[in-house]
Amino acid sequence: MSQLNLDQGQIDRARESARRIAHRVFDDMSQYTTTTVERATLRLMGVDGVDDNQIPLPNRLVAHLQEQKLLAHGAASVVAGAMAEHALTAQQVAEAVAAGKLVLARPKHDKAARQSAEAIAAKMCEHIAAQRAVRSQQIDKVGEARTPWLYLIVATGNIFEDIVQARAAAEQGADIVAVIRSTGQSLLDYVPYGATTEGFGGTYATQENFRLMRAALDEVGAKIGRYIRLTNYCSGLCMPEIAAMGAMERLDMMLNDSMYGIIFRDINMKRTFIDQFFSRMVNAYAGIIINTGEDNYLTTADAFDAAHTVLASQLINEQFAYISGLKPDQMGLGHAFEINPDLENGFLWEVAHAQLVRQVFPEACLKYMPPTKHMTGNIFRGHIQDALFNVVSTLTGQNIHLLGMMTEAIHTPFIQDRFLAIQNAKYVFGTMRDLHDEVEFKAGGRIESRAQQVLAETVGILADIEKIGLPAAIGRGTFADISRTMDGGKGLDGVIAKSPDYYNPFPDLMLAGAN
Amino acid sequence: MSADMSKHLTLHTSETVAENRVEPNFVKPYGDTMNDGRVQLSFTLPVALDENAKEAARQLALEMGFDEPAVVHAEDMGQGFSFYVLYGQCKHRVDLSRIKVAKPEFETLDKDAINALIAEKMGRKMVVVGACIETDAHTVGIDAIMNMKGYNGHKGLESYHEVRAINMGAQVDSEELVARAIEEQADVILVSQVVTQKNIHLDNLTRLSDLLEAEGIRDRVILVVGGPRISHELAKELGYDAGFGTKSYAEDVASFAINEWIKRHTA
Repeated sequence: MSQLNLDQGQIDRARESARRIAHRVFDDMSQYTTTTVERATLRLMGVDGVDDNQIPLPNRLVAHLQEQKLLAHGAASVVAGAMAEHALTAQQVAEAVAAGKLVLARPKHDKAARQSAEAIAAKMCEHIAAQRAVRSQQIDKVGEARTPWLYLIVATGNIFEDIVQARAAAEQGADIVAVIRSTGQSLLDYVPYGATTEGFGGTYATQENFRLMRAALDEVGAKIGRYIRLTNYCSGLCMPEIAAMGAMERLDMMLNDSMYGIIFRDINMKRTFIDQFFSRMVNAYAGIIINTGEDNYLTTADAFDAAHTVLASQLINEQFAYISGLKPDQMGLGHAFEINPDLENGFLWEVAHAQLVRQVFPEACLKYMPPTKHMTGNIFRGHIQDALFNVVSTLTGQNIHLLGMMTEAIHTPFIQDRFLAIQNAKYVFGTMRDLHDEVEFKAGGRIESRAQQVLAETVGILADIEKIGLPAAIGRGTFADISRTMDGGKGLDGVIAKSPDYYNPFPDLMLAGAN
Repeated sequence: MSADMSKHLTLHTSETVAENRVEPNFVKPYGDTMNDGRVQLSFTLPVALDENAKEAARQLALEMGFDEPAVVHAEDMGQGFSFYVLYGQCKHRVDLSRIKVAKPEFETLDKDAINALIAEKMGRKMVVVGACIETDAHTVGIDAIMNMKGYNGHKGLESYHEVRAINMGAQVDSEELVARAIEEQADVILVSQVVTQKNIHLDNLTRLSDLLEAEGIRDRVILVVGGPRISHELAKELGYDAGFGTKSYAEDVASFAINEWIKRHTA
């Protein structure tokens, strides 16, 4: 499709503002670590499992380091020092500490401890790189779908039932399966352990659940000749740990926004900014595509009035992603089809917004979300709303297409809801496959003018945010009409100031090796 | 069995009519001819599609009380499931004259009149604490009633200067909501339940109401629930003071609340 005529100077200005906004936050936050960053580090060094009370050993070990006032130095070298001194593995150190048989102290030979921590970390990086290679090989071998990829959700609350539904979804045409985790997991300050068969609106994100689902999707993918991507949630109080687990078990996508937890889960700002950096760094290294959550803004704010906040947030998310080493094709920047259907020419504005995002992020793996806010119990109208959403998606070349369900406003999808949704999308994608190549936007027309207007507003709002800084802007309710403060929200107690000799082996290894 | 039931219903109906001397007003679905009873229906069967499965779908419609059911579409869904669309003629009819749906009894006032009434009768701001509780992450409903912007041109409770509106958002534990209500000395607790899985919204709502009883503050608050699957009747059944379905706005909820407050404080 011929491109909208947009002012590249404006795009560059907006991107520059966003870059400075993100870097300022990153610089302010680099003096801190968090409990979950340290737990993720321990998991990546091989600590796993739970104690008799089902408390994960990474939590036990980090709590111990906090008690001993050692956490500010970083968990890695302390644990590596103990490993060398007592001839134990990281897991054995964790077990001994949890059993009360070992009290950790500063390593006697700090340099040697760092070196051995780095060696352990390098080994894990090799494993993750190998997983990344397996993904590439599998895609080469069994093939993958054309975009827009159909993204489907399973949420039975039982991992084994989820597997049945995920297999059915893949056979029916899903390219991406997202396993919804249990309501409230984002606010747990630990990651549950093992295969789980309970939860509301989904079951827990655990490493074992990741492994089970990955194996099931590999099997069904081989059968139907299409690599099925697996998605979970890398948000909440344990973002870095979930990223670590996903990297080890070859997830392909993670919902991993830089601000979602702050805005929608009232998680502390510092905590989120620190955690998102580490988690995204792991995702980047593992070749995982992150999905950002700007679509959520439009469920609380108006989709037409707040369109520029979506673009502004995407630009900020993009810059945070770059800092963590993510490449553009790993950036599933999110947006949504949420304009009130009663608004005259609303479809034109949806096209304008979607095409604008496409052009501002030409290489990104854009994630387009279906209507939810204006879905009603009228499933017949809802099916048409979803069809129009499908049209915009294919017309503007979106990459990740979350399937709209006509029963969105009623219940979690029944099997036939999913079936009809896939049929709808395949019909529209097929019958309009090359439409984008055949039509042109009218120069100076309504769609182009709307896109130009949103872009101009984006430049303006980013300049304002840059002036006051991102935390203050969030404080003003810039995104989603929700206001948060620097010291409010959950998880601030897990933010730890690093001591001058803080050490973590992963940033050097992962930021250099992401490609 | 369904025929027996309908006979029973008819007998019961005529008795009531005799007592009340109300003309019956029977109603049944309409397709293109009065009383044709035409209904559309779709469902999934957990079996692969074949002629037997299709016949099973038809017979199920018969059992459901449809005359001359026809399977107009049948499709295999893979993994041992199949999907059906059917049309049939509903045998049953219902007497409208015998139906009286419970509705909260109050007059819906406009924002200014509500503010004036609160100022006059309460002499302070009315405190409303709202939340989407437990498993539900959909804030659409609670936001529409509580947030400044409101919905569909109807401003939300935050815009009422005589209302202190506290919207706690989504996935709020019942305990957390009750604690906040006590702390804020809430006059009204407003709960929203939008999306439900396996009727979990009923458990959630019961739990909240039980918790308020246990805390001994149930009588002190006006307890209101809203959501697309909520009726006033269901709300009353669950121990709530009122329930609001779709197409309800902030002024409906506020009018009920002040009306109920006055009723309680003048009794």
